[in-house]
Amino acid sequence: MAELRGVGIGLGVAQGPVARMAEPLPAPSDAPSARSADEETARVKDAVGGVARELEQRGALAGGAAQDVLEAQAMMAEDPSLESEIDTRIATGKTAEWAVFDAFASFRDQLVAMGGYLGERAADLDDVAQRVIAHLRGVPAPGVPDPGHPFVLVAKDLAPADTALLDLDKVLALVTTEGGPTSHTAILAREKSIVAVVGVAAAAGLADGETVIVDAAKGVVTTEPTADELAQAQNRADARRSASSAPITPGALADGTAVPLLANLGKPGGAAEAVELGAEGVGLFRTEFLFLSSSQAPTVEQQRAAYTELLEAFPGKKVVVRTLDAGADKPLAFLNDAHEENPALGLRGIRALRASEDILREQLTALQQADAATNADLWVMAPMVATVEETEYFVELARDYGVKTAGIMVEVPSIALMADRALAYADFASIGTNDLTQYTMAADRLLGSVASFQDPWHPAVLRLIREVGEAGRVQGKPVGICGEAAADPLLAVVLVGLGATSLSMAPTALADVRATLLLHSLDEARAIAEAALTANDAASARTAAQEAATR
Amino acid sequence: MPPISRTVHIGSSHGLHARPAKLFAQAAKESGIPVTIAKGSGAPANAASILGVIALGVEHGDYVTLTADGDGAEGVLDTLSELLTTDHDAE
Repeated sequence: MAELRGVGIGLGVAQGPVARMAEPLPAPSDAPSARSADEETARVKDAVGGVARELEQRGALAGGAAQDVLEAQAMMAEDPSLESEIDTRIATGKTAEWAVFDAFASFRDQLVAMGGYLGERAADLDDVAQRVIAHLRGVPAPGVPDPGHPFVLVAKDLAPADTALLDLDKVLALVTTEGGPTSHTAILAREKSIVAVVGVAAAAGLADGETVIVDAAKGVVTTEPTADELAQAQNRADARRSASSAPITPGALADGTAVPLLANLGKPGGAAEAVELGAEGVGLFRTEFLFLSSSQAPTVEQQRAAYTELLEAFPGKKVVVRTLDAGADKPLAFLNDAHEENPALGLRGIRALRASEDILREQLTALQQADAATNADLWVMAPMVATVEETEYFVELARDYGVKTAGIMVEVPSIALMADRALAYADFASIGTNDLTQYTMAADRLLGSVASFQDPWHPAVLRLIREVGEAGRVQGKPVGICGEAAADPLLAVVLVGLGATSLSMAPTALADVRATLLLHSLDEARAIAEAALTANDAASARTAAQEAATR
Repeated sequence: MPPISRTVHIGSSHGLHARPAKLFAQAAKESGIPVTIAKGSGAPANAASILGVIALGVEHGDYVTLTADGDGAEGVLDTLSELLTTDHDAE
């Protein structure tokens, strides 16, 4: 056996056979073929036939709508128009690979140019082309594997397009060779409660079909496990399953210090699941969904109905609503139609709301009406606050509309450093760790080339959070966390140690965070946080916290 | 026997893509004789080519002209016209 190390996401453990996700094939070269045209034509015929039969078989297994799509793809592989395009290219001395690649590309461009529904079919065609070229080269077809049984998916990293195709019921665990704790794979794993270990460079050597144990709690993938190890892993998985169905207790540390565990929600419809998973309220309700699909702002009446639906699901509980956070990756034409070179640093969040104050006033009106009609404890906060002056502005305006508890998001380092001043006005602060990390590290969180900077474990980020936590303690005001960071169980302990008084996360992360908080007292949490703060970088902060937590 | 043609009205509410295109191209291929399909007064495409059929971008309500050449052309056009005038997406 061998232990391959990476970063575990969550605390789960799983076992099963490996299925590798093959890499996209490099484009064939346009070098002249060494074979005769007849030989190349015969190779193409064999490859398209093989691919078509395989797609038909998969279609027959899948049935339903998937069968139609797969059969249509099989017909594309053997399409007569395509065949003559390929033959034309082979006749000029091209290789079968290049002829297939280029002929498919010409049809693809035609479909894309037609746009709409036809443009979407281009992806189907790309998939067929990749399969035919893989067949010609005698290598596995790229894309999400489908071995026909549950599997441990091993990939370089998963792109959103891959995960859309992934049948999550078949995925026992995720292992990636690249990508860190904030990669798309890690976010997916947290959201869907899939056992995952990311950044396991040595997993590149795993073979299809070999059995592995994926232990997210330890951040380890075990190869060639013994029968004992498999049985132990199974016991732990079973125990964890029964723990997650155990009675749900309010979030608290080992010494009884209450740390309310709240849910991040993007739609009122998610409330039922959040309550079922033990959310003690809502720590971040994003209001963008009401605005994103429309070319103009929703009416007060439409907003009131949506907020009422949300608040009704949490009688007597805290619900923190964030006013519209537009701009940057969520542009809204009616708020900001000016082109910005650098939208993350532009007119977004509270800045955009101030520039279109009627939209903010309407939102506050609708929130106040929904609050009056329900029994939840409504808190309202403004996004992207950078200055104490913005804090005063928002809090005063919210009070004018009868908002009882008005606060700010802390996502910009300037307001984290000024938190003691800002909390003299605001009733609370809520730290958005994703944006706070992006702005602290000056690294676009949507840009893959600087993804390694986007790690909330970085001591620079933790020091800013400590500033806010300390300001909250001095001013006697609550400081919540509502970013991705709160869903990482060990980081959740660190955040509490830094002064966070509540944690808000995707509802599926609640069980793991609840269980981990119960292992440490407040003094221990402070010591673990202190260990992380004194590290040089994100990775060593995580290691230092792990060591402090197991001491 | 000269080729015969017939012009029909597309009944499928989503036009001739996806499933209807697949059913149509499959039937044209199985007919065993050359069949072409043209949208309006456009250039004819091989009806047995799913890519050719999809690339016509035929929508609900469009008129297409089918041309078949060979034994049983009349019967083949009957079958194919039937497919085109049926609304498969309403099934």
